[in-house]
Amino acid sequence: MNYWPLLGIAVIVIGFLLRFNPVPVVVCAALTSGLLAGIAPLALLALLGKSFVSSRLLLLFVLTLPVIGLLERAGLREHAQRWIGQLRGLSLTRLLMGYLLVRQVLAMFGLTGVAGAAQTVRPLLAPMSEAAAEKILPTLSDADRDEVRAMAAATDNVGRFFGEDVFIALGGVLLIQAFYTQHGIELSPLAIALWALPTAVAAFVIQSARVWLYQRRLQRRARADDVPASKDG
Amino acid sequence: MLRVEYAYWLIAAFLLYAGVRNLRDRQRWRAAFWLLLGLLFASGDAVLAQQAAGNDLPAQLAGGGVIVLALLAPRLRRLTHAHDVGNEARRRSALRLGHRLFVPALLIPLVTLLIALLGPHLAIMGYAVFAKPQIVLTGLALACVIALVAAARVTRAPMQDGFFEGRRLLDAIGWATVLPLLLAALGQVFTQSGVGNAISGLTSAWLPTGSALACLLAFALGMVIFTVIMGNAFAAFPVMMAGIGLPLLIQQHHANPAILGSMGMLCGYCGTLVTPMAADFNLVPAALLELRSPYGVIRAQLGSAMAILAANVMLMYLLVFR
Repeated sequence: MNYWPLLGIAVIVIGFLLRFNPVPVVVCAALTSGLLAGIAPLALLALLGKSFVSSRLLLLFVLTLPVIGLLERAGLREHAQRWIGQLRGLSLTRLLMGYLLVRQVLAMFGLTGVAGAAQTVRPLLAPMSEAAAEKILPTLSDADRDEVRAMAAATDNVGRFFGEDVFIALGGVLLIQAFYTQHGIELSPLAIALWALPTAVAAFVIQSARVWLYQRRLQRRARADDVPASKDG
Repeated sequence: MLRVEYAYWLIAAFLLYAGVRNLRDRQRWRAAFWLLLGLLFASGDAVLAQQAAGNDLPAQLAGGGVIVLALLAPRLRRLTHAHDVGNEARRRSALRLGHRLFVPALLIPLVTLLIALLGPHLAIMGYAVFAKPQIVLTGLALACVIALVAAARVTRAPMQDGFFEGRRLLDAIGWATVLPLLLAALGQVFTQSGVGNAISGLTSAWLPTGSALACLLAFALGMVIFTVIMGNAFAAFPVMMAGIGLPLLIQQHHANPAILGSMGMLCGYCGTLVTPMAADFNLVPAALLELRSPYGVIRAQLGSAMAILAANVMLMYLLVFR
């Protein structure tokens, strides 16, 4: 067996460790593996070009940018933050758990494209989460704000990933079925999809617990901030 | 009939617009990057059609274009535009418009949802309105167009302000936009180069195959590590199944194929949560949310990924050998 193409992986690892710009690193890795596997340079070039244009749908999110840009200039984020700030009963945990549930259920019905980092997190969920965190700890630092936004994006990803494999007609399940069919094992998509449910529930519980723990950390810091202040007074 | 290809043309038009604006601002490298990417998007259908017809030249040219993109990427430095409307103006506008601002933002998921549900049945005079492949994504593109019109009405701003602001956001995201496409291409090259077979060859050489638990752990961790390397669980799955899952777990230790496949794939998803190679889920959102660290989203996901992986492997061990 030819083990030389594995050097492409080494290129990736070294490139990321040395913090080079990932774009040329990835292209170098592709060229390394391809050439070491004995693919002719022109054929490799064609493979690269063809694969690149075949995955154009990965850039669909840029179509949301003009809408988001226009709304943000008109104060969408400020309004979302003010509104959440006024809602008494809506804590950070409840906001993110609610979103997680909706995202997971939508993904279970195959509707992964409905929400996402560009569609819902940047314009709505991230500023709302920031406002909910600010209600707990008014002195949020910039690093805290980054953490809260990242938490919103993480919740979106977890909801999507651990919902979509429950849907029978989406990539994951069909890929599993196709693999087994090729190797002479016949399975119905439903039988495969069903077994994604236990982990989907576990993922919901775990992500909710982590958001709750984060909220509790903020609450502790808020109390610690209060104590010296009251002593001063 | 509305096809997803129309969405690619819209993207191409927007990228070319961003390129031209940058050219006017004398940002030459940035302009070249967006113009070249716009050309690749506009010519994509032709490239694929020619390739299918046996003419490799356009695909080779596109491959050359990809390499030029990679050379341009390090030259795109982060920049802040001076034209940004101030905080105070935004706050006043937010007070004036109130909840009306939510309408266009919510139109994006709602219209997408409607088209996903009703689109396949929609027909005018017997002709289907939407093409079946990728109908959700076609719906998303149409939803963005409708939401842009609505946003222009709500904010009483001309539509080209939307392109202007959109281009500002696109510049802020920068080279991270193309990383998902490049990683998809890398996955293809790895597959063609036999990287997967080499890895499973190495793994099975040292694995104690007599122990069901050892095989299961090797399979689960292999899914995670391979997904971390490839950035995609779908690429890891066939490799790990062919290497360990099918010959050792199913044929030798009689694991249930449905459970092994389903939960094995989910091990891979835990890997997706922690790898920069899954740029569209991890690095692009970090750029979109303007986090200072490109790895901020991964850091927020690390704890969840480890806990879900542990739960998943435990459930798998309990269920798969019944």
